[in-house]
Amino acid sequence: MTLATSAARQPSPPARRRINFSALGPLLALALLIVIGMLLNPNFLSYGNLTNVLARSAFIGIIAVGMTFVITSGGLDLSVGSMAAFIAGTMIIVMNLLVPSLGASWLVVLCGLGTGLLLGALAGAVNGLLVTVGRIEAFIVTLGTMGIFRSLVTWLADGGTLSLDFTVREIYRPFYYGGIFGVAWPIIVFAIVAIIGEIVMRKTPFGRHCAAIGSNEQVARYSAVRVDLVRLSTYVLLGVLVGIATIMYVPRLGSASSSTGVLWELEAIAAVIIGGTVLKGGFGRVWGTVVGVLILSFIGNLLNLAALVSPYLNGAIQGVIIILAVMLQRERSAAK
Amino acid sequence: MGVAVSEGRLTSPVLSAEKVSKSFGPVQVLFHIDFELRPGEVHALIGENGAGKSTLMKTLSGYERPTGGRILLDGQEVQFVSGADAEDRGVVLIHQEFNLADQLSVEANIFLGREPRRGPFLDSSRMREEARALLAELETNVDPQTRVMHLPVSDKQMVEIAKALSRKARVLIMDEPTAVLTANESRTLFRQIERLKREGVAILYTSHKLEEVKEIADVVTVLRDGHHVVTAPTSELSVDDMARHMVGRELVDLYPEKAPQPAAETVLEVSGFSVLRYAEDVSFTLKRGEILGFAGLVGSGRTELMEGLVGLRPAHGEVKVHGEVVHIRSPKDAERRGVAYLTEDRKGRGLILNQEMRPNLTLFGLDRFCNIFIDRRREEEALDQATQRFDIRAPHRRIHVGHLSGGNQQKLLLAKTMVVEPDIVIIDEPTRGIDIGTKQQIYNFVEDLARQGKSCILVSSEMAEIIGLCHRVVVMRSGRVMGELSAGDINENNIVRHAMGLSHNGGGRHDARH
Repeated sequence: MTLATSAARQPSPPARRRINFSALGPLLALALLIVIGMLLNPNFLSYGNLTNVLARSAFIGIIAVGMTFVITSGGLDLSVGSMAAFIAGTMIIVMNLLVPSLGASWLVVLCGLGTGLLLGALAGAVNGLLVTVGRIEAFIVTLGTMGIFRSLVTWLADGGTLSLDFTVREIYRPFYYGGIFGVAWPIIVFAIVAIIGEIVMRKTPFGRHCAAIGSNEQVARYSAVRVDLVRLSTYVLLGVLVGIATIMYVPRLGSASSSTGVLWELEAIAAVIIGGTVLKGGFGRVWGTVVGVLILSFIGNLLNLAALVSPYLNGAIQGVIIILAVMLQRERSAAK
Repeated sequence: MGVAVSEGRLTSPVLSAEKVSKSFGPVQVLFHIDFELRPGEVHALIGENGAGKSTLMKTLSGYERPTGGRILLDGQEVQFVSGADAEDRGVVLIHQEFNLADQLSVEANIFLGREPRRGPFLDSSRMREEARALLAELETNVDPQTRVMHLPVSDKQMVEIAKALSRKARVLIMDEPTAVLTANESRTLFRQIERLKREGVAILYTSHKLEEVKEIADVVTVLRDGHHVVTAPTSELSVDDMARHMVGRELVDLYPEKAPQPAAETVLEVSGFSVLRYAEDVSFTLKRGEILGFAGLVGSGRTELMEGLVGLRPAHGEVKVHGEVVHIRSPKDAERRGVAYLTEDRKGRGLILNQEMRPNLTLFGLDRFCNIFIDRRREEEALDQATQRFDIRAPHRRIHVGHLSGGNQQKLLLAKTMVVEPDIVIIDEPTRGIDIGTKQQIYNFVEDLARQGKSCILVSSEMAEIIGLCHRVVVMRSGRVMGELSAGDINENNIVRHAMGLSHNGGGRHDARH
């Protein structure tokens, strides 16, 4: 007769005050990795080794910062590796073409840089427009453009390698190998991109809107957020960052081929996920992504330095780490 | 309490409820319902929104368990463990949103979960034959191999019925089967219902269309506020009787004193406004300090109309805000014109459930909290003010909004909308599923807005709310304005008559006002 027997389903939130491992997890893992590194090889923290590791991780790092925004707003971009190869190839062709008329000068390099940035923005816009205006799933769109960019660079290189004019290469070289106060340029650029990214994500309406769209697109739409514009912007931003990463990459080898940037997209996505950004979107943190990038590159570096485990197992260890990171994420959402 | 059934009903009931009660937490929605359903009988269950029809149907078909009383099948007490359990015993509920796998073929859907097999493999030829036979029985020409997604709604309904029959349903319960059907499709459905009835299937269904009930049901049961009002043979009740039974409720003194009569100044003028597929040629005006109600049944196009007005749906027609013709293409445009819309779907469209209160509160008016960067301190202050002004009760500040009670969520949603300080607030179903105390707070708040000279459109399916709060009421049905009521004309009877389409002078009255 009388009710009230059924347990009142009042939401009683667990007032958790314990240490949030999912927030600190990536940092702890990185710290652990550094300690292990120091123990295994005294050279690990040497200036030379650190510069080498950080400079090489800067490409993935710069891209991963952009990827953080795309993933936070509920998107994905599989095309960034191919995009980087395509941009690198086109930059080289443009610069080589300009050498006869302009001579090997800074102007040529500047044109190359402009080409890289512009092409990145364009490629990002193509992805973004197909996702927003075309209403096609991001996975499908970028799977498609991944193939397109990759095959375009293969075609441009005629199946071989595109090499930058040697005289231009000399001028361009300091972009990767130079630096100030002993810090290499790629590291500086990565740091600047990461800091700006972190601020944009945390402090600006754009960052807030990304998280809102990734959490619940409908709520964002009903709250006067210009969903399509924000989405498109994340892809353009990522494109531009791919352009910047490529600008740093080209002087390193001075060439581009169909194998340039292979699997960069997966490394970037892995770094984002390890850093604690939710793959389904709704929550992202740029500093986490930076930590994720460092974890991935230190692992590779350690395996090369120490003879304990074969460096061929690098991929396996990275895989384990990615899966662990996602399990931590899931536990957080279950405890929520 | 109930009116006794006078006509002799000879057969014994196949499914019945004895003093069935149902509560969700502290909220009781069914009170000691007695109900009998007999073979070969079409039984209509009617009542206002929230009267408990759906809950009763779900309780009878195993989707909900009664918290009091018992359910009898063939005179024996039963406790259905689940909807599937009830189905196994011949009691099938057809949901309003169909339970079909869109990508699968018709035959695969009909036999889903009970596929005939030959060894380890599906016996597709048998499935096809049986599906064809079932569909032929229903006199439809649906091809068993079509994918369900390609079928029109009426055919999907037939597939649901075929699925029910393949399960040897003796009791078929349908939740508003005609709400989504055209007149012709409804005809087809009624012919099938007649046929099933002759074969001794017991049919229980709900509908808001009283003429339809009059036409096809043998017996009618009216529920009101979770109570059984009357069960009678349809022949003994006129359509007006039914409406009266549905309504006859006393108004509890829930409502604040009405705000003073609105000023003469018109703040919003909408004319010839249409929203694709949902609303047609709607015209109305809103004055400063006025609370304008939009009444009608669920699905009458009110929500879509309002979404069209604030640019959430493609729409056309003339809209004047403060006498100026405006083109609102997005909620942002609307907000710039001082118009804000509060969605009816607070969980799906109103709030981000897995975020804290602060970002939720400021999302709509975020530009008010930043120069270049978001000013966290100002946000926190706004949250302080909002929790105080709207009496939002949260265990702690950083709680995820999904953990708040419905009432507190609703208050947060109100606060979020009010951050942009709109002149014209469109509030859609603000009290759905929340307790009386919070309802009262929300009513007071709406009246206060009007007193401050803001204007308010209140979309509500709770008539008492409309009557208790509004200066003027527009009644909609099937996307059209059926009539406009003001002052003394605002009562449940008039609203129901317009909403049910029983009153045909509505349009005239509306015109006469201008």
